[in-house]
Amino acid sequence: MYDGNKIIPGLIIFVGLVTFPFWSNIGRAAYERPELKLDAVETECVEPAEWMRAEHMRLLDDWRDLVVRDNMRLYVNQAGRSFDMSLTNTCLSSGCHANKAEFCDRCHATLAVSPSCWDCHVVPPTPIVEE
Amino acid sequence: MALNRRSFLKAAGLTTLAGLGGHAAMELLAPGALDAAQPAKIGAFPEALIGKRWAMVIDSTKFTSMRLSQKCIDACHTAHNVPNIPGKQEVKWLWTDSFQRVFPDQRNEFLPVDIKHQPFLVLCNHCDNPPCVRVCPTGATFRREDGIVMMDMHRCIGCRYCMVGCPYGARSFNFRDPRPFIANINHRYTTRMMGVVEKCTFCEDRLARGLMPVCVEASEGALIFGDLGNQDSKVRKILRERFSLRRYPSLGTEPHVFYLI
Repeated sequence: MYDGNKIIPGLIIFVGLVTFPFWSNIGRAAYERPELKLDAVETECVEPAEWMRAEHMRLLDDWRDLVVRDNMRLYVNQAGRSFDMSLTNTCLSSGCHANKAEFCDRCHATLAVSPSCWDCHVVPPTPIVEE
Repeated sequence: MALNRRSFLKAAGLTTLAGLGGHAAMELLAPGALDAAQPAKIGAFPEALIGKRWAMVIDSTKFTSMRLSQKCIDACHTAHNVPNIPGKQEVKWLWTDSFQRVFPDQRNEFLPVDIKHQPFLVLCNHCDNPPCVRVCPTGATFRREDGIVMMDMHRCIGCRYCMVGCPYGARSFNFRDPRPFIANINHRYTTRMMGVVEKCTFCEDRLARGLMPVCVEASEGALIFGDLGNQDSKVRKILRERFSLRRYPSLGTEPHVFYLI
């Protein structure tokens, strides 16, 4: 092989760089679902927890369009319970997810997503008790 | 297998019967089992105020001093987390201006002194033909069926065309993060973020809960809000009885804030 003294080290460096994600991960802890803290005010979410885990952003997106564009604010879930379609006034204020740092942020931080919801939507400092 | 017309019709009829009968049988044997699979329902609150054409009447004879105007402004700005930023970057939903600047069409050197110096409340006019809606490139601002000109902050890209389009100067741009300029954040309402335009919404969120706009509640009866589509509404009655002015009617925007003089 001509120039083998250049090509072979070059190939070794190339393969090393390409496989960086694999060998740099060796020995690191595997992904673990973060421990979420729930306030024990409610036992059930708007929709089943399993579905919410995967689709909550879709639900919130639907809610926002319904409220802002269609002036629909009342959500009756499959079990027949009514909710105000509001991130601040329902999800965060109801005492269910009042603790954003220990609920929303834990997953978002672990998955390195930064939703812009809270640029505008206020996180109540303490749960607001319904009148 | 060839299917002739007769056997096809028989099979189709039987299938239809089975479908209809099956549903009925399910209803009999397990009532509600089919309904449980229905998707969630959405709607408006039962107490929501529904109008054909919302409008506001400002009884300017009752706003002779700044006291009442300021009370309305404070109520509005506190409820809606409007930041208090001094200077050119100010954000306002409800504010006051002089007669000459509110009604430049009514230019008159010989105005009564009290009218000349009186503060007039100004806000978004929720036009029938809103120029802001026409120029918005993203559809972030739009006119609802009931006449309210709404803002969808999620879609606003901050181009400020609407601010140029609005002849009333009713829109404010967030040049910076407004949160540090809000003294007490109302935790029931959102703030805005840097780079979006905001304005009065006729308190559409309160109407949806059966409440009157904040400024109307604070105004001690000097602001009247109601449905122009309803012949018997208070606004229609007042506009029938008393003379009113609108801002820049010649522009054809059809503003829906009326000033009793």
